[in-house]
Amino acid sequence: MRYAVDLHIHSALSPCADNDMTPNNIINMASLKGLDIIAVTDHNSAGNVNAFIECAAGSDILIVPGMELETREEVHLVCLFPDEKKALEMQEIVYGSMPYMPNREDIFGQQLLLDKDDSIVGSAEQMLVRAADIGIEEAVKIVRSLGGVAIPAHVDRNSYSIISNLGTVPDSLEVSYLEISHTCNTQDFLQSNPGLETYNFIRNSDAHRLGDILERESYIELDDKSVHNLIDKLRA
Amino acid sequence: MVVKDVASVLNGKLRTTEVNTDRNVTGVYVCDLLSWVMSHARKGDVWVTVHTHLNIVAVALLTEVSCIVIPEGIDIEESTLKKADEEGINIISSDLSAYEVCCRIYDSLKAEKESK
Repeated sequence: MRYAVDLHIHSALSPCADNDMTPNNIINMASLKGLDIIAVTDHNSAGNVNAFIECAAGSDILIVPGMELETREEVHLVCLFPDEKKALEMQEIVYGSMPYMPNREDIFGQQLLLDKDDSIVGSAEQMLVRAADIGIEEAVKIVRSLGGVAIPAHVDRNSYSIISNLGTVPDSLEVSYLEISHTCNTQDFLQSNPGLETYNFIRNSDAHRLGDILERESYIELDDKSVHNLIDKLRA
Repeated sequence: MVVKDVASVLNGKLRTTEVNTDRNVTGVYVCDLLSWVMSHARKGDVWVTVHTHLNIVAVALLTEVSCIVIPEGIDIEESTLKKADEEGINIISSDLSAYEVCCRIYDSLKAEKESK
């Protein structure tokens, strides 16, 4: 069955995202747009994943625990995990790989930790929008060892993308899906980037504002709606 | 040496219009990995980068570099220029390579030091 997805959405934990990117707002917006599955993917952190899972309980929206990792090469990877525990293990690894640097809210924005009722329960103290000291190959291996999947993010963009930063997708990299951004024309992109035809493409919003969340326009075919099936499909 | 001297030494174009160009220049830092720049660039440096994403403004604010030079005639996003004007960060466009930018600023800073 085809499920409408948006697997790259930032919450208010990401300093560059609006403060109204809260669990209730995002889940309600996703419902209004008729989405089936969404992933919360904050920069280098899974701090709000629990709030989203609890908030979505009883709704038809399936939440995929995730994060958007920034590797040492400053490439962004959408990382999706089978459960919250694995996402938090990844967070631990990522935090451990970055020397402490406090966030500057005045420059980068607030990094808000929220609960299922959208109440602010804290802030992530260290600066999240920077590179973890983990190379791309290693990052993909770690995510896979946690039962998750890594998807190079917005490969069509000219910053923070594996193509813009490395020039190519290394053959040895264990990825089978590449993410393209909302406005990318896949055919034009493949014409300018020959050799990428062997990859599957998935379109996600990288939403930092509520209005950016996708409509029903990006679909994944699954036997049934579960995080496990979704990750299996994206890992294959 | 101040920011407006950088624009003239490079025959470059000042792309921000609302920002004071009297900030003192004390060195140069060339790097395109923003995380690296955040932890290594120094106050007063001219930061030379091919990166034109909006985030360069935030990084410039954090590190207190004197200005940003985008070399090789690279196009700069309107959103980046707008943000730079809002936040008071000068951005200069140059047709020169990063290497040539460094050479010219190095020569100017050296001449300034020797004339003191």
